[in-house]
Amino acid sequence: MPATPEFTIDRAGGETRLHLGGSWTLDAGAEMERSSASLVNAAAEGRTAVIDLSGVERMDTGGAWLIDRARKLLETAGVDIRIENPRPDQATLLVEAGWRAFERPRTAYGSPLIAMLVDLGESVVNAWRDFVAGIAFLGRSVVALGRALGHPRLFRLTSLVYHIENFGLRSTPIILLINFLVGCIVAQQGIFQLRYFGAETFAVDLIGILILRELGVLLTSIMIAGRSGSAITAELGSMKMREEIDALTVMGLSPMDVLVTPRLLALIVALPLLTFLADMAAIFGGMVVSWGYAGLGPEAFLSRLQYAIGFNTFMVGVIKAPFMALVIALVGAMEGLAVKGSAESLGRQVTASVVKSIFMVIVVDGLFAMFFATIEY
Amino acid sequence: MIGQAGEQQLREVVIGVRGLLVGFGDRLIMRGLDLDVYRGEVLGFVGGSGTGKSVLTRAILGLVPKRGGTIEVFGQDIDQIGDQGRRALERRYGVMFQQGALFSGLTVKQNVQMPMREHLNLSERLMDELARLKIELVGLRPDAADKFPSELSGGMIKRAALARALALDPELVFLDEPTSGLDPIGAAEFDDLIQTLQRTLGLTVFMVTHDLDSLYAICDRIAALADGKVIAAGPMETMLASDHPWLRAYFHGKRARSIVAPGDALARTEG
Repeated sequence: MPATPEFTIDRAGGETRLHLGGSWTLDAGAEMERSSASLVNAAAEGRTAVIDLSGVERMDTGGAWLIDRARKLLETAGVDIRIENPRPDQATLLVEAGWRAFERPRTAYGSPLIAMLVDLGESVVNAWRDFVAGIAFLGRSVVALGRALGHPRLFRLTSLVYHIENFGLRSTPIILLINFLVGCIVAQQGIFQLRYFGAETFAVDLIGILILRELGVLLTSIMIAGRSGSAITAELGSMKMREEIDALTVMGLSPMDVLVTPRLLALIVALPLLTFLADMAAIFGGMVVSWGYAGLGPEAFLSRLQYAIGFNTFMVGVIKAPFMALVIALVGAMEGLAVKGSAESLGRQVTASVVKSIFMVIVVDGLFAMFFATIEY
Repeated sequence: MIGQAGEQQLREVVIGVRGLLVGFGDRLIMRGLDLDVYRGEVLGFVGGSGTGKSVLTRAILGLVPKRGGTIEVFGQDIDQIGDQGRRALERRYGVMFQQGALFSGLTVKQNVQMPMREHLNLSERLMDELARLKIELVGLRPDAADKFPSELSGGMIKRAALARALALDPELVFLDEPTSGLDPIGAAEFDDLIQTLQRTLGLTVFMVTHDLDSLYAICDRIAALADGKVIAAGPMETMLASDHPWLRAYFHGKRARSIVAPGDALARTEG
């Protein structure tokens, strides 16, 4: 254990000699700070003072800083002070790690209320910019799609197929599973609640209409936003981070054509297919539960279902799917291309992508609900 | 402790590696490597890409498990000292990683203060002053203190990482390719900085580098790694005199010639 930083006072004539001893190193941080403070107190009374370093065993930048800070404090207090007997290395340290004034950083905004208002204002402006950027991006994607249609030879079929497999085929199991479960749950709750009115069979209407019009497509879209939207952002974002997107651009290839269009189209193809599978899984789940809880056999279930729903019920859900896909792919690609150089930025954009695309999916669903209500479909 | 170390006749060994074996899978990277680093020197560690320069550093730091051999740091076998001793040891060295490894969620000042906060008992005010002092010592502007790593240029990140490595006033500093990714002027400045700090603070520096200029300018000794062993260690003259094909290619190659060609004496005085 190193000796504690300490000092002895020797008053002779008008001069105060302060003999420093021990280790003035950061290990003894708190003691060193105390010693340095009492050093100032001890010498402040006299007119001249000497800090004698001959007894100091060890000193590091922390010690040098504190000793020199004490010297400076005394100097400003009007004491004639000097430092004596430093070893050569200590003298260097006292210069290199000597006292200096640091500029205090200015706090950005005076009052926290103003800071809060600034924050709020910034978010509103950013939300508006996001919206405008989204519209602009939609426009660019449409142009890219148009180009792809105009030059089918340049269209990246392999890429499209690959992404359909990734977004569609590979998410099939999880989509089937969650929709099956939700179908079961809706059926069970429907049966329990409607039993009070003796209208258990109407649970079939409930399942059919709710699943086909809303739940199937909504759950699938949310799942895909979390699974594939985030994947699009992460893929494009890491390509942006490693300058791969810039490399594409300087080769004369448009990242919109090469990267965004295939993903966009793939998702537009995959999501309606997944929605169909989701609808079937959910209805199957409902059928299983109806059989178990209400004793409604498959035959009775299906004939009741046929009576309850029409082709339009199914179409309402499926028509929404490509639009959901468009929103998810656009948000995902936009956030991916907005990634800056760092890994934190990638993480931030992936989170933003998932949150925004789920939000947009629900907004779009609401708009469609209003639309279908108006046209009475 | 500080300064004057180089003049000692019997030099104290700060890092002693004996018969080190390190491997991944069935590939052996260190095959009985021996190395000594003496107090107060700047040791430049060279080797071709993929020969395991960084692996050795990481093995000494205890980040990579070794299969055999002993590593002594400050005379203590790192296998024998246990967690407590290990932590005490870690306080005595600072590490600067190749990419800086600054904590991205903290400002430069907070990065420098991080080890102080964990290991030392200091007042907020002193920590603030010391952090700013270290930031200034490594040649960063004061306003860099409150910036986040993502707002810094490559050279500034290296300097900030060095400031963090120096936070606890270590006796030993590991630098992993300190000048890689810097332009020649920035690299030369960084060499000067390392040398100034080394002299002022009496540091022992273990530096992995590819930079021939750095080797000439600031390294007291050079150790060369090939085939999992140190094939040569000593001052530049030893390296230049060596017959080992890799060393000949390295120190007498086209890139080295511009530094060596004007005559060894000239290059040394310039450095």
